[in-house]
Amino acid sequence: MNTRIRVGLFVTCLVDLVRPQVGFAAVKLLEQAGCDVEVPNAQTCCGQPAWNAGADKDANAIARNVIAAFEGYDYVVAPSGSCAGMIKRHYPEVFEKDPAWLPRARALAAKTHELTSFLVKVRGVEAVKASFAGSVCYHDSCSSRREMGVVAEPRSLLATVDGLELKEISDKETCCGFGGLFSVKYPEISERIADTKIADVLASGAETLTGGDLGCLLHLAGRMQRDGKQIAVRHVAEILAGMGDEPALGETRK
Amino acid sequence: MNQDPRQFPKAAREALNDPMLRPALNRMKMNFAARRAYGVHAYGDFETLRMAGRDIREYAVTHLDTLLETFEASVTARGGKVHWASDAEEARQAILSILRETGAKTVTKGKSMVTEEIALNPFLEANGIVPVETDLGEYIVQLRHEPPSHLIAPAFHLTKEQVAETFREVHTEFDPNRSLVERNTLVQEARAVLRAKFEAAEAGITGGNLITAAEGAAIIVTNEGNGDLTRLLPKTHIVVTGIEKIVRDMNDASVLLRLLPRSATGQAISTYVSIMAGPVGERDEQRSFHVVLVDNGRSKLIGTEAQDVLRCIRCSACINHCPVYGAIGGHAYGAVYMGPLGAALNPGMIGVAETGHHANASTFCGRCAEVCPVMIPLPKIMRYWRAVEHAQGLAPKSVTFGLSVWAFAAKHPLLYRFGASLLTRLLKLMSRNGAVHSLPLMKGWFAVRDFPAPAGKTFHEQWQTHR
Repeated sequence: MNTRIRVGLFVTCLVDLVRPQVGFAAVKLLEQAGCDVEVPNAQTCCGQPAWNAGADKDANAIARNVIAAFEGYDYVVAPSGSCAGMIKRHYPEVFEKDPAWLPRARALAAKTHELTSFLVKVRGVEAVKASFAGSVCYHDSCSSRREMGVVAEPRSLLATVDGLELKEISDKETCCGFGGLFSVKYPEISERIADTKIADVLASGAETLTGGDLGCLLHLAGRMQRDGKQIAVRHVAEILAGMGDEPALGETRK
Repeated sequence: MNQDPRQFPKAAREALNDPMLRPALNRMKMNFAARRAYGVHAYGDFETLRMAGRDIREYAVTHLDTLLETFEASVTARGGKVHWASDAEEARQAILSILRETGAKTVTKGKSMVTEEIALNPFLEANGIVPVETDLGEYIVQLRHEPPSHLIAPAFHLTKEQVAETFREVHTEFDPNRSLVERNTLVQEARAVLRAKFEAAEAGITGGNLITAAEGAAIIVTNEGNGDLTRLLPKTHIVVTGIEKIVRDMNDASVLLRLLPRSATGQAISTYVSIMAGPVGERDEQRSFHVVLVDNGRSKLIGTEAQDVLRCIRCSACINHCPVYGAIGGHAYGAVYMGPLGAALNPGMIGVAETGHHANASTFCGRCAEVCPVMIPLPKIMRYWRAVEHAQGLAPKSVTFGLSVWAFAAKHPLLYRFGASLLTRLLKLMSRNGAVHSLPLMKGWFAVRDFPAPAGKTFHEQWQTHR
């Protein structure tokens, strides 16, 4: 790691609003991997809620802001497969019929990565300097797994955390029922899918549920809070950055 | 039984609260997903096969006109007749006039979703003709006056105890105290009842999983053999299928026949593959072979962003892997086609205003597209229908309003930053025991879950002081 590279951190709107330490964990991990990290001030959201709702004009306008704010960096990294997937897989679709913006969207897509995948595949990180006491299972978000192809990377890094025991959820391919606005538009269906996933998570025997997407984690943690189920939930970046001793999602300070 | 796709949310809630439905749907993973996974694994390079399947179907969808003309010529040359039906009514009339000509009073039916689509059974009954479903699942739902809840497992929503109850009620010719505990006993009983119906029928109607232009053949895949009894015993055989089921020839069909059963049930090949081309039997017998080709909204999808859904070969893999279908089953959709296929197809065939919920009730998890044997980008098509719905102002006002407020802020970073700082403080203030428990404008979220309490300061605020 002799040449420093410039990384634009796409914080994501949920990390910004609910779980800032995920952003700081991401910065720490990226700096450890030899990156100069910047956080462009013009970022808000990737526009996925608008795009998935079919509000194409809004999605288009938000995506232009993101492209303009981030295209100057060597890489764009997000602590989320979902937001990274929006930029990487869907920005080229947003500008499919716009010859002026399509090349810019494609160029940005080409250098956008999910955090753990960037660390392992682009920066060659093999181990992290962190410790975490207890067993952890990793929930694959659908966008990480299917859009970004991120499956092995978070697990390989978690395996190098001191004291951490990695357990697996039996069905790793089925959605947790979040789905962005889906969770609000069809709450009861979302609830049933979540409960199936939560039963699977509890059956894994892990003490902590982690994952790469705060959307899924907030949905699952919130569902467990409502249902009185006890299992700590935190973003994978926190554990990998050695910040796993802070209160978990929805946990009051001890 | 929900017959109105607009009532989807209500019907879905009822399905979730149906205690009998849950054990039935819980079989999905073992009965379908696990079997497909095994079938795909056993085959080897399934991805290359999927690509070949996609290309074959893509060629068909983009050459429908010429292929269908060739098909008609081939069928005619074999002594059969092709009937063109632009909508459901034309299809029903074409079938009725064939049946009237032959004087059929009882007609046996193999499994066919297109005949569900054109609501053939009630129409035949109204015209004094008795349709008898001969696929076991279809037979069961016909007895119960229900529509199929799944493309290839019509009675998937039922447990075998419910089936036993129905048989006891309807099959009054048997000993009322007989045991109907074993699956096989149920099958044998249905078999005995249906045998008499097969012998009585003057005409048989089957679907067509594929039709081939070069040979003028229709192909069906079945596991019960009922399709063959339906088409061979009566003198009149009518194939009813969608215009998009066309492929060039048997070579193309052979590739799709490798994909279809593996994707559907994990089988390397179905128990029966019936290739039907022209009238069968001795020359002096007055046998006839008809193919009713149904458009019913298919051709208008050509040239739209939903066109790829016409590649579908109705294997059900998307449905079998859909978490939403797995939670609510097929009846809640209130339409013939359910799950991801329905979500991509119904807005085009029925209308966006009527079936907008189908396109919206997806988490976009992408599993459907991943397992689709002909690589239909199902979430992309659903998103297209959402965009149409949004552009036509048909999306729910509460959602579009909230979205537009949020989007306005998201386009203005300073305003957004201010709003986020305010919101995170508000959420922290409102939280008790680590969670916000309700919020007036977010009823959907708080209906089933809490919201974990945020830190109280946004990342961007903290970043400014940090640097």
